[in-house]
Amino acid sequence: MCGWTGRRVGKNCPPCYHKSQMKRRHLLLAAAGAFAYGQSGSPGLYAIQNATIHTAAGPAIANGTIVVRNGLIEAVGANVAVPAGAWAIDGKGMHVYPGLIDSLSRWGLPAPVDGPPRIVVAAPTGGGGRRGGGDEGPSNVQFQDDGGPEERPSNTSWVKAADLVQPNDASLAAARNAGFTTAVVFPATGIFAGQGSVLNLSGGKAGDMVVSSPVGQFLSMAAVRNGLASFPGSLMGSFAYIRQIYLDAEQYKTAKAMYAQNARGLQRPAYDRALEGVLESPRALLPAGRKVEIDRMIRFGKELKTPVILYGGTEAWRAADSLKAAGVPLLMNLRWPERDRDGDPDVMDSLRTLETREMAPAGPAVLAKAGVKFAFYSGGLERPADVRRAVKKAVDAGLAKEDALRALTISAAQIYGVDDRLGSLEPGKIGNLFVTDGDWLAEKTQVKMVFVDGKKFEPTAGGQTNGPA
Amino acid sequence: MDRRKFIGGLLLAPVAAMAAGGDIVIRNAKILTVTKGSLDGSILIRNGKIAEVGPNVTAPAGARVIDAGGQFVMPGIIDCHSHIATEAVNEGSVSVSSMTGIEDTVNPEDIGIYRALAGGVTTANILHGSANAIGGKNVVIKMRWGKDAPEILLDGAMPGIKFALGENPKRRGGSDSGIATRLRYPATRMGVEDVIREAFTDARAYKATLDDYKARAAKGERVIPPRRDLKLEPLVEVLEGKRFVHAHCYRADEILMLLRVADEFGFKIRTLQHVLEGYKVAKEIKEHGAGASTFSDWWSYKVEAYDAIPYNAALMHKKGVLVSLNSDDAEMMRHLNQEAAKSVRYGGLTDDEALALITINPAKQLAIDSRVGSIEVGKDADLVIYDKHPLSNYAKVQKVFIDGEMYFERDKDMSDRAVREARRKQLMEKQKAAATAARPAGGRRPQ
Repeated sequence: MCGWTGRRVGKNCPPCYHKSQMKRRHLLLAAAGAFAYGQSGSPGLYAIQNATIHTAAGPAIANGTIVVRNGLIEAVGANVAVPAGAWAIDGKGMHVYPGLIDSLSRWGLPAPVDGPPRIVVAAPTGGGGRRGGGDEGPSNVQFQDDGGPEERPSNTSWVKAADLVQPNDASLAAARNAGFTTAVVFPATGIFAGQGSVLNLSGGKAGDMVVSSPVGQFLSMAAVRNGLASFPGSLMGSFAYIRQIYLDAEQYKTAKAMYAQNARGLQRPAYDRALEGVLESPRALLPAGRKVEIDRMIRFGKELKTPVILYGGTEAWRAADSLKAAGVPLLMNLRWPERDRDGDPDVMDSLRTLETREMAPAGPAVLAKAGVKFAFYSGGLERPADVRRAVKKAVDAGLAKEDALRALTISAAQIYGVDDRLGSLEPGKIGNLFVTDGDWLAEKTQVKMVFVDGKKFEPTAGGQTNGPA
Repeated sequence: MDRRKFIGGLLLAPVAAMAAGGDIVIRNAKILTVTKGSLDGSILIRNGKIAEVGPNVTAPAGARVIDAGGQFVMPGIIDCHSHIATEAVNEGSVSVSSMTGIEDTVNPEDIGIYRALAGGVTTANILHGSANAIGGKNVVIKMRWGKDAPEILLDGAMPGIKFALGENPKRRGGSDSGIATRLRYPATRMGVEDVIREAFTDARAYKATLDDYKARAAKGERVIPPRRDLKLEPLVEVLEGKRFVHAHCYRADEILMLLRVADEFGFKIRTLQHVLEGYKVAKEIKEHGAGASTFSDWWSYKVEAYDAIPYNAALMHKKGVLVSLNSDDAEMMRHLNQEAAKSVRYGGLTDDEALALITINPAKQLAIDSRVGSIEVGKDADLVIYDKHPLSNYAKVQKVFIDGEMYFERDKDMSDRAVREARRKQLMEKQKAAATAARPAGGRRPQ
């Protein structure tokens, strides 16, 4: 039997695929014990028929057909003909959804590369030893991996997820098994953690995974605390630091432009990679869980004069008006606040804590009703079943199922400005989708197939995906 | 949705019965104006301001009338030194943290605000901590419980900045990390002085750079604009008299040091905070024009706070220094009226002088006395009703108004408690049950 799919029906097997790739596949399996296919060889042509298609761009299509060719969606609809040469898949009883997008993810990133800044302690410099300005940190602490002309603690703004991603990371395949085809991956350590990239979970070469990069700068308000306190050491300090960096970047931009226009008679602006990193980020991601933080970050975003996306959203149910008025999108953490299962059963939680736990999953419904743009992110939930359960919790709290799907597909794409290519099942968009044997939120539903860039993967019981098939 | 309003209704909203707008008359009250004596009579509130005060005020048609039942009405208390309502206090990593500001971390939902209201406080100066010779920028807030961060700021208040002398700024920094930390300059009082001098020397140079740029750019020269420096900008504002300095200090010698440095650089110290040895140098403080904001009788918590006396406030006041009493503490903040009362016992101040220490005097120190600090026509209707004279230990706050809006009502608070407790129990049981259900049989959580 052909190694592509046991399910193959209809037309002829494209010969070029079949032979050459079969051979390669066996070779690779033998050599590396892993699946790995590049996009070389012939592109695929698939048609899924008789399925319920949830496009995220309109009402669901019953008994519809979707055609994927050369990695792109060619046609979707109730009356779509299956093109000659297509691998036709009988989708009877199946549901087709746009590939899920984790809108804020660390999948595929190696841990050490963007770990905390390493600090080396030099010998104390003796009485009065300090640096000129005083705000750069203490005299005997240096940030080893900070090589800019000015000390920029906790700043790796120039680092891009696309350059760090490890295509064979197990988390990518696990996510794909659950229907995720895309992750917006960010380095996440430090105050200026680095730049995010929209990555398709296709395996293969890292370069092939990149849909768009960079899409934003990940900012946290983490004070620098690695045993040796340094600036900024407080939330206030983090605000001041970020504000100064954005001001510096603005000045840097002006200086560079003037110098480029005519260098004669001007002091040369020193190259500063931390500021370069800020300038090449089209937007900034700011943490905002509670309402107070959401309001605060909306104001801060205006001040920074850069488009912002907020992430967190624990108290989004109280902040819909603020978000709506500001037109600021929110990435909602699917890890809802919960009572610690292993906690002291007699602990008396405050009413505010209890209310937050009670209401957090209702946030998405409130936002949807208010017309606020929001998307979900996995927030460290590793098991696909947990993600599904978390989404279900939001649905149980009043979120329409279509809106739940949008929050993991088209809304995420819109927030990052890639909705021209991702997020819904529409002709011309990237062939990212997944096929289930039932409503994707139902407990027993299984993901049968996942297409990423038009390549077909099939989840297996062991957790790995077979494919591309 | 109903549940959505729950927190809003019970935890955060002001006592909403009286939204701003309609006229209110508080009648049958013993009115302590602080600046214009005391009288039995009524107060008319219109558009959030005090419109009329007198023995006979005619309630306009449609006005809501509150019968004070012979209880006492005084101006809302002003605390000139507090750290509530902020999610950060110290940027302790550096000796000059003037780039930071409380405004960035204001938390309008800090329960401390509501508790301050319950203690009759309506306005407070929220200061950066004292870890640095030059600390961060402060904000002045009103306890507008239920409003968002920009709305609780007292608009129009002069910006300020915290300084600190003595033991705190010369400590090693970063102690809040809980781990042994590195040495930070300065380590002595000499060093504190040096840090302040150097910072202002830098600020002057920065100002010169900016001026030079502006002059050259104005002449049409092609010059790259200089970098804005958020650390030095507030210090330039101090030099230009556009930002107040609130300086944490204890000892007479360091107080004199700071006054001399300020004189040398040509700026003013607006308030000396704590200033426990202020009674020793009251003349010099008066000559400089600084205000003093002190404790009634809180001392000996460290060596530099030993030479303190309960007469400090009264003695400085009698030397002509503008004196206030502050709390620096979320708990003491709730009974500043009692702190003021101590200056009647220690120093023999009159009732009005004592009340002035927590109302009009701090208002003057913060330059907000045209708005708040006394019961006078035209001022903000920030009023507190006490059941007994506020200088009595038995006095309890009954109602608190800010801008004519009622933000605290004791009766309502008491009756809300049962409702809150019932809701808390209900949620508690529900979440306990959910957590138990989520725990898989066998007890161990899958990893």
